[in-house]
Amino acid sequence: MSTLSKLSRRRFLELTGVSATGLLLGAAVSPASRAMDVLATATGERLNLFVSLRADGAVEIVAHRSEMGTGIRTSLPQVVADEMEADWSRVRVIQALGDAAYGSQNTDGSRSVRNFYATMRQMGAAARRMLEQAAADTWRAPLAECRARNHEVHHADGRRLGFGELAARAAALPLPGLDDLPLKGREDFRYIGRNVPIVDLHDMTTGNTTYGIDVALPDMVYASIERTPHLGGRIAAYDAAAARKVAGVLDVVELQGPEGPPAFNNVEGLAVIASNTWSAIKGREALAVQWRPSPHSDHDSAAYLDALQARVSGGPGRVARERGDVERALGDADQVLEASYRTPYLAHAPMEPPATLARVDGGRCEVWACTQNPQATQAAVASALGVDKAAVTVHVTLLGGGFGRKSKPDFSVEAARLAAHVGRPVQLTWTREDDVRHDYYHACSAMYFRGALDGDGRATAWLARQATPAIGATFDPAVTRLEDGWLSQTFGSVPFATPNLRIESHEAPAHVRIGWLRSVYNIPFAFGVCSFVDELAHAAGRDPAQYWQEMIGDDRHLDFAPEGFEFSNYGRAIAEYPYDTGRMKAVLRQLVANIPWGETLPEGQGWGLAVTRSFLSYVAVASKVRVDGDTLVVEELHGVIDAGTVVNPDRVHAQLEGGMVFGLSLALNGEITFADGAARQSNFHDYPVARLNQVPRVIRTHIVDSEALPAGVGEPGVPPTAPSIANAVFAATGQRIRELPLARHFDV
Amino acid sequence: MPELKINGEVHAVDVDADTPLLWILRDELGLTGTKYGCGIAQCGACTVHLDGQAIRSCSMPAQALENRDILTIEGLDSRVARAVQEAWIRLDVVQCGYCQSGQIMSAVALLESNPAPSDDEIDSAMSGNICRCATYQRIRAAIHAAADTLAA
Repeated sequence: MSTLSKLSRRRFLELTGVSATGLLLGAAVSPASRAMDVLATATGERLNLFVSLRADGAVEIVAHRSEMGTGIRTSLPQVVADEMEADWSRVRVIQALGDAAYGSQNTDGSRSVRNFYATMRQMGAAARRMLEQAAADTWRAPLAECRARNHEVHHADGRRLGFGELAARAAALPLPGLDDLPLKGREDFRYIGRNVPIVDLHDMTTGNTTYGIDVALPDMVYASIERTPHLGGRIAAYDAAAARKVAGVLDVVELQGPEGPPAFNNVEGLAVIASNTWSAIKGREALAVQWRPSPHSDHDSAAYLDALQARVSGGPGRVARERGDVERALGDADQVLEASYRTPYLAHAPMEPPATLARVDGGRCEVWACTQNPQATQAAVASALGVDKAAVTVHVTLLGGGFGRKSKPDFSVEAARLAAHVGRPVQLTWTREDDVRHDYYHACSAMYFRGALDGDGRATAWLARQATPAIGATFDPAVTRLEDGWLSQTFGSVPFATPNLRIESHEAPAHVRIGWLRSVYNIPFAFGVCSFVDELAHAAGRDPAQYWQEMIGDDRHLDFAPEGFEFSNYGRAIAEYPYDTGRMKAVLRQLVANIPWGETLPEGQGWGLAVTRSFLSYVAVASKVRVDGDTLVVEELHGVIDAGTVVNPDRVHAQLEGGMVFGLSLALNGEITFADGAARQSNFHDYPVARLNQVPRVIRTHIVDSEALPAGVGEPGVPPTAPSIANAVFAATGQRIRELPLARHFDV
Repeated sequence: MPELKINGEVHAVDVDADTPLLWILRDELGLTGTKYGCGIAQCGACTVHLDGQAIRSCSMPAQALENRDILTIEGLDSRVARAVQEAWIRLDVVQCGYCQSGQIMSAVALLESNPAPSDDEIDSAMSGNICRCATYQRIRAAIHAAADTLAA
């Protein structure tokens, strides 16, 4: 249930930092379930979206979500404009400040369209209704005879009034109830479902945009920070005098780390303040900091993964989901397969590293940051400075990539603390080395699978165990195991019709800051699950595409409750967004139809495929690889997505293209290792990411036409890609890849 | 105090001789279209033209730059540059946009020396420019499209 309230101009100014006159609208939405949200905040009614209309007809639409490449700054306003019958060429998009009044602004979890599509339509429709009413009042005509069309209201007799002419009258009207607002039919959509170019496109091709790293204020200084290499480390000694000798260095500032868990606090470090970035970096190199050890300073990722692997293959863990009698089915089987899989830690490495400008003045703080989560930034900065949240203003810049890294406001906390200390605005830019060495890392994972096949090759039992450090440990060290919420990402929610099934979870205490990276736990779990299905198919002597269809079984909506599994469904009710095996099978069928699946290929070439449901979308990916000696080349990538209703198809294609190549990148190269508690990689030379010469010449994407509720788009292209490549390698060579990255096995 | 010729204008900048061009552009001159990505010439986000060649400004110290022509994304104005930028727009190449200044600078340099590059030549010229959003296949296509425009 939504309610609409009129915002005062003053409130609008507070929320956007932009002055506006005319019609101002605000909507409150019921917050979506917080199951996926680490930073669960209070529920309740929240103001959410704003439209303003000026007397000259200019429309301003507020984008309250962060733009990191998905096109969301365009897609959501495009929905509003469509329902409003506004002319897109007269719309200006304004970026919101961080404010709880908007509801969640945490731009991750592939949530923006799926959680705000309906609200945006209501916002546009409410504006349209008020303009129609204003015209009806002007003409003293029945409302039913007045229809808004492309920035004008038309009367049945041919009279017209422009939106601008109606602005003042519309703004004086009471707000319409949202529940009986007529929404446009799909056939009348002007922008929804169309390829509207992103609003920043031109500026982005001319270097004329502002990211977090680009913001400048007069009198600002620059900071670079040397941080503890191992989690929980403390400063033991350093040479401040040497740093101060570097030309341009102004100050050396100790930044104490948190007493408790890392959460969103700054890591303990030493900041060098200087008159330019280069001096700050050089000064910092002169510090020669020594660090005290911590309980995590002997963390060795290879030994850690070996221990997790031994745990999962050694015996049962906590049972998360159970159906039938797996042990008996394994005992009765004609064939039993067993396999262990593992995946490494990963770093986000967005092209723009974390960067913030902060100014602290008279008990108030202002922050300009490339943040996915301005409200968490506001809260964390307020807490660090000991001020009220209302005293912290967060401006959201464009983000040079995010992928989950920029949901964490630790870097803004650093800048704000430094600005408070030095009494001048501080521009903090993380170096790439900082970014790779001090990430909130994507968890490594050890998995173990056992499958039973009967005499006809049918799978009769599926046993799966994993040990994977939990994101929750970053906020509470008592969290040492993944529970159903995170297991809902592929591992626990497998859609298989096997009569016997058991999913287990083992302990994996964290020794680094664990965060969430584009598609999160679906990354390791899709690799394990989709590879092991391929193993079963080959053991059964069956075509993997057909075998997948049979493993999934009948078209149905899955019900996890009888099997004891609390399926989080990405925060949405299962009745609203069912787990629909029919849609899952359909994307797989479409994928196979799009490629020459089953073709006879020369030696060393092969096709592989995988399918997942993540963030409420269904995606199937196929890869074609060529293996020549030790060299692996991915020649083609094909993806099919069913994301329900799509607002901007070109941006969905772009996200699927980008998501698949992101998946390819981590499959080929992605690996962070730790020794003595410290990340051993530091930059793109030793943490390589996909480059143009590794990107397939053929990349094809296909969007399933659907009127279902909108689902996630930014992340779902990632999970099936790595297993599709590994399965293609098996098809090409007979070599089963059970450990990522592929660079461990091939020249890539 | 080094004097640098950037986008046709001479700037006297008060920096140490070892200061990389990237930070001169960004911190001293406010030309923030050129981006930092790695600092070690691995990612190409900082690509500018030096006497018409694409170079990584993060690894080019001030002392090497006197009497040389430096061109940044803000100064792009050639026929080739316009064809590249138009192709980028026509094909909706951009996602987050952060690396695109560098991509465009590399693409313009490529097309100025090779007006009709093959896929292999594009891969070779552009593999120093990382795009984490993976707009790669559209970059390839946009370079071909710009080449077609220039040939027409």
